Amino acid sequence: MADQSDNLIEIHDLVYSRGPRRIFDGLNLAIKRGKITAIMGPSGTGKTTLLRLITRQLIPSHGVITVDGVDIATLSQAELYQLRQRFGMLFQNGALLTDLSVFENVAFPLREHTKLSNRLIRHVVLTKLHAVGLRGAADLMPAQLSGGMARRVALARAMVMDPDILIYDEPFVGLDPISMGVIVRLVRRMNDALGITSIIVSHDVEEVSTVADYSFLLSEGKVAASGSPTELRTANSELVRQFMHGMADGPVAFHYDAPGYEEQLLGRDSE
Amino acid sequence: MNVLFRDLYNTLIEFLRTFGAFQLFALRIIRHSPSMLLSRFDLVVAQVFNSGALSLVIIMVSGLFVGAVLGLQAYSNLSLFNAEDWTGVAAAFGLVKELGPVITALLFAERAGTALTSEIGLMKATDQLSAMEMMAVNPVRRVLVPRFLGGFIAMPLLAAIFSMVGMFGAHLVGVELFGVDVGSFWQQIQLTVEMSDINEGILKSIVFGAVASLIAVWEGYNAMPTAEGVGRATTRSVVITAIAVLVFDFMITAAMI
Amino acid sequence: MRQTRSVEIGTGLFVLLGMGAMFFLTTQTTGGDDFRADSVYVVEARFENVGSLRTRAPVTMSGVTIGRVTNVAFDPQTLEAVVEFVIDSRYDSIPDDTDASILTSGILGSQYVGLQAGGSETYLEDGSQIMFTQSAIVLENLIGKFLVNAGSDDSE
Repeated sequence: MADQSDNLIEIHDLVYSRGPRRIFDGLNLAIKRGKITAIMGPSGTGKTTLLRLITRQLIPSHGVITVDGVDIATLSQAELYQLRQRFGMLFQNGALLTDLSVFENVAFPLREHTKLSNRLIRHVVLTKLHAVGLRGAADLMPAQLSGGMARRVALARAMVMDPDILIYDEPFVGLDPISMGVIVRLVRRMNDALGITSIIVSHDVEEVSTVADYSFLLSEGKVAASGSPTELRTANSELVRQFMHGMADGPVAFHYDAPGYEEQLLGRDSE
Repeated sequence: MNVLFRDLYNTLIEFLRTFGAFQLFALRIIRHSPSMLLSRFDLVVAQVFNSGALSLVIIMVSGLFVGAVLGLQAYSNLSLFNAEDWTGVAAAFGLVKELGPVITALLFAERAGTALTSEIGLMKATDQLSAMEMMAVNPVRRVLVPRFLGGFIAMPLLAAIFSMVGMFGAHLVGVELFGVDVGSFWQQIQLTVEMSDINEGILKSIVFGAVASLIAVWEGYNAMPTAEGVGRATTRSVVITAIAVLVFDFMITAAMI
Repeated sequence: MRQTRSVEIGTGLFVLLGMGAMFFLTTQTTGGDDFRADSVYVVEARFENVGSLRTRAPVTMSGVTIGRVTNVAFDPQTLEAVVEFVIDSRYDSIPDDTDASILTSGILGSQYVGLQAGGSETYLEDGSQIMFTQSAIVLENLIGKFLVNAGSDDSE
């Protein structure tokens, strides 16, 4: 593993359950500074939950999460809010505030956290919108946007406070190939141009592999495999192969647990 | 039998737990209210508009008809004793002390309360509240408190409007329709109705406003983030508000007698 | 941002309407007969029975309200009801042998104090006591008397 100071975020022995289900069972991973890290895994492995744990919207039952060497469990409410301002998050559906226009949505963090004048806010917002190619849509309402556009606006909003960590929660879901290409390009450009750290949670292996520097594959509450996209593609583990190559059956079974096929069918009939 | 008792016991515990959680929630909202009122007055104004101004039509129409019905009933009963002059008084008491605050609260729960609950529930379901938390904005302060304040301020005003329009309705029936002398109609009201009656009505509408707004906001905030969940929360907010309003109405009326 | 102006205007109108309604209710439906005076003086009167006289009940003379009842109390020594009321200072020439009765307004109405002027040349002032009083008519006693009279007529 690389030198510790390269790690912006570190997760040690994370344990988290929701009800009877143990979602994370001793998870260990590290996010490197300035790089794009992907967190992948089959549906339901709790990838979004992990994001919530990193921003401390959820509290683990065991384990330590550090950001820049500071254990986030030790932060006060005020310090936590300060920390959260370092993150920019792109939610799965964009999560734009439906009663505000595109412009107001992007301006939202500025209005809430800064005392910038209207002129300055306008300047910043339009710049961010321009970066995602939607400066002309500033006066539209979220309901009028397509999925791809909404997500780009959400990206502009995530960037408006110039965060140093950008988190993307399933950014490629439900997009057409063109929109997807746009987002992929934006993710890479933002990361490199602004020198920030990006975390992408996704199960879209193809797209993520084109953009990630390092990937973690989660399964059963732990890291099943990690490495650069090329390393993972050529990995030996069955699970990794099933996932990376999109195979229907393997360690993640096709059939949901059920009693024997013959017995169930014939058993009924012969009654 | 055991199963029945256990179910009852569980339901009771669950009820207590929810009730307690609601109290804590209510305290939180109230605690943040003064500062939000001062710092984000624009948000509160927008919510007073949504809950109040937009409810005007239904409140005024209902007020008019309720007042007219009161006038009608009062007249037909009082004319048996040749006491038609008291028609206005019967309508005034009914409106100001009871029907004004209560019916306004029920209508409010139905029109403004459901809008609040579904709006907040939907924001929860589409991750907007989460997004706010992520952006280090406290959704309780930014979304819930202004909506609570909007309802809390709007309710007493709506109740007053209801009563006023109701008096007008009673006047239309008593004076215009049945020919009660307009002078005696209003004079008898002024002689009999006292400030304490008006105060009782205002107190009720303030209490109802707080209750209705808190419940609407609570249900929305705790809704299951699905279409079905939001729908159920909306229904619940009306039902629970209605029951709470009627219970408080009884308590306040009994206390002020 | 565009929407805010009309929202603000609408809200302003709504709040004005609401306050107007409250104002209407408080002024147009309450105490038209309310007694209001800049300065008053206090007078006392003792009754055997005050009936259902309450504080804030009007005090009238010749049918016009000139004051109001401020206190109804019981004197445990003399076993009388003590009624305290205030009169508008403008009316400072009320004879001190004025009669005070407790009357009922209308058939079902509330009770009030009616003053009947006497002929004295000294006037009531702050702290005076009215000497001539008429207690409230209690309906049950009236009926009782009527029955007794009717009974004694029959037995003759």
